[in-house]
Amino acid sequence: MTVLLVFVGAVVGAPLRYLTDRFVQAHHHGGFPWGTFTVNLVGSLVLGSLAGAGSTLPGTVSILVGTGFCGALTTYSTFGYETVRLLERRAYGLAVANVVLSVAAGVGAAALGYAVVGSLV
Amino acid sequence: MVALGGGLGALARYGLAQLLPTTPGHFPLATFLINVTGCFLIGVLMVAVTEAWTAHRLVRPFLGVGILGGYTTFSTYVVEIHGLLRPGTVGLAFGYLAGTLVAALVAVVAGMALARRAFVRPERTVES
Repeated sequence: MTVLLVFVGAVVGAPLRYLTDRFVQAHHHGGFPWGTFTVNLVGSLVLGSLAGAGSTLPGTVSILVGTGFCGALTTYSTFGYETVRLLERRAYGLAVANVVLSVAAGVGAAALGYAVVGSLV
Repeated sequence: MVALGGGLGALARYGLAQLLPTTPGHFPLATFLINVTGCFLIGVLMVAVTEAWTAHRLVRPFLGVGILGGYTTFSTYVVEIHGLLRPGTVGLAFGYLAGTLVAALVAVVAGMALARRAFVRPERTVES
């Protein structure tokens, strides 16, 4: 049952990442990987919110939405690959900006979701 | 293809996380290993499909966007950092943050270098 929840959440999360990336990249030109940045930010906000809900949240929801959906919506492999590609193209400023912005905004989004939901439950 | 790959990748991540459960306040080893191995594999894959072979058009969506995207996770990484930002484990939070970053980027580079060596025909250098 748990395995199925992980699978179902990811079956939704992964294509949503793909479609978001394509949509965002089609509207932004320039070297910064805004598509991956966006999915990682949104997934971090949602997972932080789930963590803020803590034990008031049914375990099934946390597995389905947290482990399955958020885990598959966000990606470290593409984030790492895009950063290395920027370094290879000698776009050092963009590479550093990608790392700093992604991590800072991701942790910030997780903290925000955690605090807001934590104050509501 | 992306959905199926994402589902399979997420199951692999879930399985590894079950094998190596993280104790609160300790280094999240499972997520670290997942993200670093996923980064190594994407380095190998991207060189293979963009520089070495003309891969079938579904290979990259299935393996790269699907499996490796579903396997690695950014959300768990930042939520774990946030969880470690407590008195007593702040150093660990920043160690985990920087350690994953450095190891993951080195893994991508290592994967790409290894794949170039293994798959891509080296350009002949002219010797005098």
